[in-house]
Amino acid sequence: MSSTAATDVVPGTAPSGKGKLTEKTRAERKLGLMLCAPAVVMMLLVTAYPIVYAIILSLQKKDLRFPAEGGFVGLSNYITVLGSSLWWQSVFNTAFITVISVAIELVIGMAVALIMHRAIFGRGLVRTSVLIPYGIVTVVAAFAWFYAFDPGSGFVNHLPLIADNKAWFGGRFSSFAVIIMAEVWKTTPFMALLLLAGLATIDESLYEAARVDGASAWQRFTRITLPLLKPALLVALLFRTLDAFRVFDSIFIMTKGAQNTESVSIVGYQQLLSRLNLGLGSAVSVLIFLIVLLIAFAFVKGFGTTVPKGGGQED
Amino acid sequence: MRHGTGEYTRWSIAIAVVFVAAMFPVLWIVSLSFKTPATVGDGRLIPKKWTFDNYKGLFSGGFDSPLLRPLINSILIALIATVIAVALASLAAYAIARLDFPGKALVLGGALAVSMFPPISVVGPLFDMWRTLGLYDTYPGLIIPYLTFALPLAIYILVAFFREIPWDLEEAAQVDGATPFQAFRRIIFPLAAPGVFTAAILVFIFAWNDFVFAISLTSSNASRTVPAAIAFFTGESQFTSPTGNIAAAAVLVTVPIIVFVLIFQRRIVAGLTAGAVKG
Repeated sequence: MSSTAATDVVPGTAPSGKGKLTEKTRAERKLGLMLCAPAVVMMLLVTAYPIVYAIILSLQKKDLRFPAEGGFVGLSNYITVLGSSLWWQSVFNTAFITVISVAIELVIGMAVALIMHRAIFGRGLVRTSVLIPYGIVTVVAAFAWFYAFDPGSGFVNHLPLIADNKAWFGGRFSSFAVIIMAEVWKTTPFMALLLLAGLATIDESLYEAARVDGASAWQRFTRITLPLLKPALLVALLFRTLDAFRVFDSIFIMTKGAQNTESVSIVGYQQLLSRLNLGLGSAVSVLIFLIVLLIAFAFVKGFGTTVPKGGGQED
Repeated sequence: MRHGTGEYTRWSIAIAVVFVAAMFPVLWIVSLSFKTPATVGDGRLIPKKWTFDNYKGLFSGGFDSPLLRPLINSILIALIATVIAVALASLAAYAIARLDFPGKALVLGGALAVSMFPPISVVGPLFDMWRTLGLYDTYPGLIIPYLTFALPLAIYILVAFFREIPWDLEEAAQVDGATPFQAFRRIIFPLAAPGVFTAAILVFIFAWNDFVFAISLTSSNASRTVPAAIAFFTGESQFTSPTGNIAAAAVLVTVPIIVFVLIFQRRIVAGLTAGAVKG
């Protein structure tokens, strides 16, 4: 694919090219748009169009189990969702899991990043072992943790200081603990690698200077590392927060939402695909979309300009 | 720099902790996959009695076996999505990195927005649309959402890589008498290939990993991928828990990715960080 692109493209070399600058510019613009078009169309087709469709569905009574009933119902689906304790509980659960897991990931991720950056030996080993959770399918990670804590097949209940018969998935917060552990295990590598990349951009001589001035390791970390790491930190936090907010796989495998552990995505899935209530389910989908927009907006607004713009600068 | 033994000990402990934390759950599921139903609950890391039955069970019955068809589906769907996504992303990234046209920032901003998009928000409409279009429970029905959600990642990685390529070389080669195609093939392609390959690895991991679309847009082994198939495993009879089979399937779906990750770790790290931090 890219071969056709590049051969057709090279400015001013096409046989028919007249070599005029304005025409060249115009040709370049047209070509640029043409090359981007397939990707843009694809992304619009599967995100923009369906979200508009979801908004339309959310204003209708549409339940595939009762196809005869239907029609425009205004905001009543939203009123139903927003008036249900299930929804608010799932919002709380999702926020809880997101905040706790991202906070833990930030601390561990930073520690691992510093180990990878500063270790006097074994960096390769750390980097390799950190990449393993990243590569593992989330469902598999969820099963691994589920089986570790499952009283029937796990080793956790055989550990000292833990009751043999502790039913981890019998209670809400012990279920959360395992779900969060699985999330943290699976996604800390991503956090650590982004922070490592940020650490690599910090000028080493700053540390030397601080050391000469007698700054302690902690002072060097809080006065040099953290401020200079801010851009990388924000990118990592934004992506991880939004990603954690979508939490689905681990909960689906471990509790299926039992013991009041539903996340918003689980509630959406249950409405849409277990109950086939497209109207109500779409209202949930749209609300999730709005929350994600809100989080993204809050990050961009609250932390300023450091979110990657990518296209902005020149090469 | 001098390093005291104390420092060596501290680093050794830190590295060991990271290594064990990263590996332990994996080792546990490997261990379960080799245990017999009678010993599955013994809590030992090394199985007392080894068995391959869990693996055999996954493939007994040939094409109707619990795992063979999903494994083929996973491989094909992830590969096709990867090839198309990387092709489309290469075109777009080439344009963004190299050409001057209005709307560049918009394309990148749009891609960023898509990468933050909650998949569950489009699953319902896609379910409904796919049923109408006949794409429900088919390969394209999964490939299309995968490549959409993989495109932003691929575009960001490739733009970052393409910006580093000294494109002047291409023109220089042409001045020296190479055709545009020769210039591309000999000069640019070898320089761009590593970036394209990096994007491909990450897109493949993404598609291989998906669960939400896989359980929502499929209903049978005709197109179900391994993660979805594992989630719906039932025991061979009502009286056997499928723990061993699930563990074995989990190992099978993990091993190729781990091998992949180990071989291409440098590229994966480069790719993950290129898109996000260089920006």
